[in-house]
Amino acid sequence: MSYIPHTAIETEDMLAEIGVESIEELFEAVPATHRFPQLDLPPPMSEMEVAAEMLAISEANDHAQDFAIFRGAGAYHHFIPSVVNHMLLRGEFYTAYTPYQPEISQGTLQATYEYQSMMCALTGMDAANASHYDGATGLAEAVTVALEVARHKRKKVILSHAIHPQYREVVRTYHQGRDIRIIGDRGRGEIVDLMEMLDDNTAMLAVQYPNFFGQIDDLAALADAVHDAGALLVMVANPMALSIFKSPGELGADIVVGEGQPMGVPLGYGGPYLGYFAIRQKYVRRIAGRIIGETRDADGKRAFVMTLRPREQDIKRERATSNICTNQGLMALSASVYMALMGKNGLRQVGELNYYKAHYAANEISRLDGYSVDMSKPFFNEFVVACPRPVVEINEALLREGIIGGYDLGPHYFHLTDRMLLCVTEMNGVEEIDRLVEILRGLA
Amino acid sequence: MLQPLIYDIGSPGRMGVNLPECDVPKVELPAALLRQELALPEVGEVQVVRHFVKLSKLNYSIDQGLYPLGSCTMKYNPKINEDAARLPGFAQLHPLTDESGSQGALFLMRELQKWLGEISGFEAVSLSPAAGAQGEFAGILMIRQYHIDRGEGQRDLILVPNSAHGTNPATVTMAGMHVHELPSDDQGNLDTSALRAACEGELRDRIAGMMITVPSTLGLFETTIREVIATVHEAGGLMYMDGANMNALMAAVKPGALGFDVMHYNLHKTFSTPHGGGGPGSGAVGVNEKLAPYLPGPIVEIVEGGDLPRPTPSPGPFPSELGKGSPPTISPPSLLGGDTGGGETTEPPLYGFVMPEKSIGRMKAFHGNFGMHLRAYAYIRVYGDSGIRDVTRFAVLNANYLRAKLMETYIVPYPRYCGHEFVLEGHFEDADDIHALDISKRLMDYGFHPPTNYFPLIVPEALLIEPTETETKADLDEFVEAMESIAEEARRDPELLRKAPLTAPVRRLDEVRAAKELVLCCAPALPR
Repeated sequence: MSYIPHTAIETEDMLAEIGVESIEELFEAVPATHRFPQLDLPPPMSEMEVAAEMLAISEANDHAQDFAIFRGAGAYHHFIPSVVNHMLLRGEFYTAYTPYQPEISQGTLQATYEYQSMMCALTGMDAANASHYDGATGLAEAVTVALEVARHKRKKVILSHAIHPQYREVVRTYHQGRDIRIIGDRGRGEIVDLMEMLDDNTAMLAVQYPNFFGQIDDLAALADAVHDAGALLVMVANPMALSIFKSPGELGADIVVGEGQPMGVPLGYGGPYLGYFAIRQKYVRRIAGRIIGETRDADGKRAFVMTLRPREQDIKRERATSNICTNQGLMALSASVYMALMGKNGLRQVGELNYYKAHYAANEISRLDGYSVDMSKPFFNEFVVACPRPVVEINEALLREGIIGGYDLGPHYFHLTDRMLLCVTEMNGVEEIDRLVEILRGLA
Repeated sequence: MLQPLIYDIGSPGRMGVNLPECDVPKVELPAALLRQELALPEVGEVQVVRHFVKLSKLNYSIDQGLYPLGSCTMKYNPKINEDAARLPGFAQLHPLTDESGSQGALFLMRELQKWLGEISGFEAVSLSPAAGAQGEFAGILMIRQYHIDRGEGQRDLILVPNSAHGTNPATVTMAGMHVHELPSDDQGNLDTSALRAACEGELRDRIAGMMITVPSTLGLFETTIREVIATVHEAGGLMYMDGANMNALMAAVKPGALGFDVMHYNLHKTFSTPHGGGGPGSGAVGVNEKLAPYLPGPIVEIVEGGDLPRPTPSPGPFPSELGKGSPPTISPPSLLGGDTGGGETTEPPLYGFVMPEKSIGRMKAFHGNFGMHLRAYAYIRVYGDSGIRDVTRFAVLNANYLRAKLMETYIVPYPRYCGHEFVLEGHFEDADDIHALDISKRLMDYGFHPPTNYFPLIVPEALLIEPTETETKADLDEFVEAMESIAEEARRDPELLRKAPLTAPVRRLDEVRAAKELVLCCAPALPR
């Protein structure tokens, strides 16, 4: 019986102990008219058959082991050291749950505390939580924090159009029941334009760093302008870019959120990913989700525990600011192991590889007739290419040559028709890049 | 100190990876934009492995033993599912791959949508919510929008029993609505007179719906459930079922058939996907035809061609021609597809993402926690039509067995058979000042994870026990012996319980200190 270990004799003994003749009797409280429906499901399968079926289904997908991939747009193909997966596969980690009982959960608790610490180091913030579902929900939760900080007296939220389109959709989903206005993202406003929207009704302003087009905007004057208006500056940052670029903390951010997937989490068709959330000390009590803190046990030994618990839904119930319970704990562990392995020097090297390769590809493509690359701002590992024909056609041609091309920006941005967002990471070798360039040349 | 922090075991210049040389010409980095400091650890590969292995050993896990954490359904997580999740075709599939290049993933998601709909009796399912709490949020947003579209936007109250999970009331607030709490009666059922008073009184026109857990958080099936549903429907409200306890219902009853309008599933509870030390979860939502247009998106549908006939014999409906040109390296007989048995070859349909007509929107980027979808798919495939019912049957058997055995030693507040879990009171009349917490901590010394304590809030000193179906009678008997022994210790040597645990990696923690000093990040990592 698959994962059910009962023998017939044991079942009989157990029924006798309970004092019933059959298991069915235990369901007497279920309305008889609706009890024990037939289920129209496929028949059972052995492990061998399931393994073969899963393999066959998986191979009906165009994946990064068979294809060269130049697509990012919020999900990135990076190298994951073997150790990450080995640590993740330890049953002690992945078959445990939320560390409600700290005495027998110190492994998860300390690893999460270390994750929080490394996220602080990367973002330049003072505190981080144990994770949200993904970058998009992290941003939606940052909006809640900003509204709370403003005691719901400020009703305006400014989002840059250069934040991932799906993240902005999620913010609107989360806050559809509130009396607030979300503005700024339905045009093509530059940072200076966003700054002009600030007023004393603004709770927060959010930008992406690097922005959705891979670019580093000039953010020098932004933080002061936001703070002068009494609002919070939220930055959605790619943690991989933070390996070389100034931290959001240095740039004056109050809350930093983003997608932690680039750090040790595979593409996995979009999830499970890792929403990281980091914040300045003065707002830490407003943060949602699990937070791990250091303490001592009865013998004075250092240990870790979930803290600031009274903020959470199971205690505060309808007065909680978020209903989050289960988070992305195992993905936080991936990021923790990844950052520990890469460390100060390795992560910087990976970041530099991304920068060099993306710039090599951008330079080569910009020399092609019919194409142009937007180099108006510094960029990290993604850039926008204006193409001589529809992106769909280019991608079809690339796919025939074993390449997954860039992301088509046209459907999301009316002014970016025939523009593709290309991503180049440390995984793209020079031959692969040259091949991409050659195929593009042929499509001019 | 148990294990030093990762920051404390490094040395300047050490690295845990070995990266390739740069194979393209280097350009100059933009100096003005670069960071100077990056306060990450400097540790070698071997040290990293040992560090995390040592940490892992400080955890209790299902792989180690019974984990009777009520309402969390800590069942065995099949290993084959972990292997499947790591297949390159899943793990290395970009979420923005063109639909033509992700037919395998889309096929799998659509099958899972259908199966979950079938198991619960719902018309349509969206897999996109990332966890149960997000599924609840989606459900309440759907109910809200449904009323607004009918010109009844004044309906802003959601009825919530006082036994509810904390996520329920928190969800209502997040959706911009308000909670009206209902009491329970002495049988653990919802107090139906209070419900009627709410639904028939002056609040009637403000009632948007009700959230209720079935079986209740006490592990009890509401005997009046049909009456409850009818009462709320008559008042114009919709019924939300918190599906956290679905492990007690599969092939026992379909919530959709009972009259529920919407529910969420916890794939990480009922369908065995690992809890991961706190997550990831996956909180699909199922709805009836009233709410189907409002589902969060995207959902998977056939966008071209017809549905394949559902096969009753073992060969699956999966056509081998799907997806890219290169054939699977292994073509098991069940997947040769295309041939429906009559010698005719059918064209495979094209699966694609669609946003439901009046969708409340996206709950997260991309399309849900796909890695959990594929594990749930494999899990349902293994059990199949005849096995899924056994999951519920044996989960309920195990819980009732434990309950019967523990009734001899502990106060079990409700004299009824339970579902997949039950609550008992963790205190004794003749052992002063022993609490549920003490019993929980002492259980650790006996090698068990404690039950959920102090929930549901309506039972004093609650210990909520959920053994799940994957435990043997012997496992359960050992747990009973430990609980009996603890009950005896409570009278003979109560200090033993108050000091417990004595054998865990650490003793009881100073939680007040943690909240007061608020050390959330180690010193070397803090910004300078």
